[in-house]
Amino acid sequence: MNLTLFVWRQEDANAQGRMEKYEAQAITPDMSFLEMLDVVNLGLIAQGRAPIAFEHDCREGICGSCSMMINGVAHGPRPATATCQLHMRHFKDGDTLHIEPWRSKAFPVIKDLVVDRGSFDRIIQAGGYVSVNTGNAPDANAIPVPKVDSELAMDAAACIGCGACVAACPNGSAALFTSAKISHLGLLPQGGPEREIRVLRMVEAMDEEGFGNCTMHRECEAVCPKQISTNFIARMNREFLRASLKHAKT
Amino acid sequence: MDLNSQVPSGPIEKKWDQHRFEMKLVNPSNKRKHTILVVGSGLAGASAAASLAELGYNVKCFCYQDSPRRAHSIAAQGGINAAKNYPNDGDSISRLFYDTVKGGDFRSREANVYRLAQISVNIIDQCVAQGVPFAREYGGLLDNRSFGGAQVSRTFYARGQTGQQLLLGAYQALERQIHLRKVQMFPRTEMLDLIVIDGKARGITARNLVTGTIESFVGDAVVLATGGYGNVFYLSTNAKNSNATAIWRAYKRGAAFANPCYTQIHPTCIPVSGHYQSKLTLMSESLRNDGRIWVPLKKGDPRPPNEIPRQERDYFLERKYPSFGNLVPRDVASRNAKQICDEGRGVGPTGQSVYLDFAEALERLGEETIREKYGNLFEMYERITAENPYKVPMRIYPAIHYTMGGLWVDYNLMSTIPGLFVAGEANFSDHGANRLGASALMQGLADGYFIIPYTLGNYLASTKLEKVTAEDPRCKQTEDGVSALTHQLLSINGQRPADSFHQELGKVLWEDCGMARSEAGLKRALRKIPEIREEFWKDLRVIGANEELNQELEKAGRVADYMDLAELICRDALERAESCGCHFREEFQTPEGEAKRNDSDFCYVAAWEFKGRGQPPALHKEALHFENVHLTQRSYK
Repeated sequence: MNLTLFVWRQEDANAQGRMEKYEAQAITPDMSFLEMLDVVNLGLIAQGRAPIAFEHDCREGICGSCSMMINGVAHGPRPATATCQLHMRHFKDGDTLHIEPWRSKAFPVIKDLVVDRGSFDRIIQAGGYVSVNTGNAPDANAIPVPKVDSELAMDAAACIGCGACVAACPNGSAALFTSAKISHLGLLPQGGPEREIRVLRMVEAMDEEGFGNCTMHRECEAVCPKQISTNFIARMNREFLRASLKHAKT
Repeated sequence: MDLNSQVPSGPIEKKWDQHRFEMKLVNPSNKRKHTILVVGSGLAGASAAASLAELGYNVKCFCYQDSPRRAHSIAAQGGINAAKNYPNDGDSISRLFYDTVKGGDFRSREANVYRLAQISVNIIDQCVAQGVPFAREYGGLLDNRSFGGAQVSRTFYARGQTGQQLLLGAYQALERQIHLRKVQMFPRTEMLDLIVIDGKARGITARNLVTGTIESFVGDAVVLATGGYGNVFYLSTNAKNSNATAIWRAYKRGAAFANPCYTQIHPTCIPVSGHYQSKLTLMSESLRNDGRIWVPLKKGDPRPPNEIPRQERDYFLERKYPSFGNLVPRDVASRNAKQICDEGRGVGPTGQSVYLDFAEALERLGEETIREKYGNLFEMYERITAENPYKVPMRIYPAIHYTMGGLWVDYNLMSTIPGLFVAGEANFSDHGANRLGASALMQGLADGYFIIPYTLGNYLASTKLEKVTAEDPRCKQTEDGVSALTHQLLSINGQRPADSFHQELGKVLWEDCGMARSEAGLKRALRKIPEIREEFWKDLRVIGANEELNQELEKAGRVADYMDLAELICRDALERAESCGCHFREEFQTPEGEAKRNDSDFCYVAAWEFKGRGQPPALHKEALHFENVHLTQRSYK
């Protein structure tokens, strides 16, 4: 297969970026999307040109490093698939692809397709944990957890923190990411004691980082490689309202 | 070089308790006067950093990724072992200890393994308290499944994403400490050298991967938790950027490297499909609970698998090992798959794979149950191969997955450089010559949550440290060395990118130091590797400069280290003239083709000491003593 690529190139955070055109030649259908970029980069290096910087690591869809818009869609055309797990068999010979970094004010570009997602870590720092020090734990079976709750918590906890939800959202909202952590911990008895303070702090941190508000476009759910449901955003809103009312009284 | 293992005296079940009592403590108000550097933020690094900060130490934590949550522990699928005996099926600390020592083919240190089995139960408690959503039964209690090398169900799991959930637990604990300002986090920062002052590890020199700034950080102790070195083979199940540079540069500063030839090949990976392939994907060992491994009896049988009747199939693991069947340890399963493919009975377009078939389990349990247990793995398989494993058997082949070797550590997890502690896959400590499934997560968390926080305190309390700052001329000297190397890599101006050398090196290692090794093959590899290295230093091309985000430069530095490490791996494999666990020397096998150990000559840990560039390293031996298990020929029949 041969494809034409238009790729966002930007030397560093302060540089003016632009789209550049490349030809991707001798691509085979079994290659992953990132392997296709590897091939393009080898070609660029051979010509003495700077290879395209892009984030990647595990290449099996779990570390959440890879992050690119492919023809305007976060992680490309396949549902429930991170870019590293997208294979070239889903494209046709002669296709033209536009490849850009995540687009969001809260994810500034560092270079080419690499963005800074430190804002996600700071949302977690605000309360995305159970405050239990090492060594304090009771026996693991001391508190039974209903299987349905535990399964639902796991659905939320499956988030890989890639940021596709933010990139896809017309408002640049991090509601799906934040609500997934709030729901994961809020659904479990272990997360119970901090349930209210957690949602208040994490929502506040989300706003401070410059993410937009959620107006339920549900674009996030559509591109999420782990199919995290927007039901969790509804859950976050309920939790937030409940906690706000309770804490407003005191 | 002194290889004192520091194993406490007394009966094995009392050693750790007694040692914890005897270790010196740092007064709570003195803890905040100490700074500890933790390199790596996977299970071992994040858990150590968080736990040390909880105790009151000031911690600086470094990772090359953009966030500590992306460390490769996240990709572990199947589960974590613990001797909880919740299923009431006969498990105990002694049994987990025995299974691990036996699984490692009697090449690990007994006292370390026993401690690991003891701590395993605390890990599960800790993780549940953090909110790790392990799989549960309808009654609300935790579920278990089985893994290779065990006849009990002791593996806790969170769907096929156990590593992810455990890492997020440790990551969240770490982020909490960052919020409390007890941990300062340095993402996108790669350690490029160890600072040794007065014979003690006092800091690291690191490169900021965004700006290229080379900077030193000093402290009172350094913890390396930088993972294994499987990527030396180029194709492996490791993340693309996982690398050996931190441990390798510590080795060059005087830390002994133990058992480098113990590299594990995982039996159930998706087969290689082409030259462009950048990495291999693992299919969890848990699949062997319900999947049956087979090949056609007849060589080159052209029929699709579903049309081959049962009597014309060879379920070779079940045939050869009736009591463990498909759940034999990884080294045994991998070697058998290779033998079958070498005989010409492999399947698929390349003949380099075997079937892993769920037809029978689907019939017995129904598609819904199978989907619940392995759904995400089946999806992952289909995504990569475009084949639906609910309809046709998976095709699998072994791939490099884990390295049991690593920096030598004593019972306190301290290397041969005082003040340099090594945790998780980066050390050599607990798995002998073969690691059992679901034991890596256990070891990483045991080291980070429950061992280092104690033993590091003991070191600080019993060591006099001079005051050192990052402006110290000895730090500057290390920085100059790092800058010089970076400059050298950038100025070769040859033709070939780092990847092409890496690929070439990996191929040599896979062929001559992979699943089966021989004297002739190892000698051939030891001739070829220096040739590739010479070419590398003559013909490398790195585009760009140091003062920018430069992924090619990062790769080049790592590949430079792989060249030297590959040589040490082959040297160690040649020196160990026996077969044990994953180290299979063709010359040493039983009549049935199993690994044949030589306990009278090789019952030791091989620890290599760097003697300078161009000089052969020195071999030191730590004899292994078995007082609690009886050395036997491993049998899974």
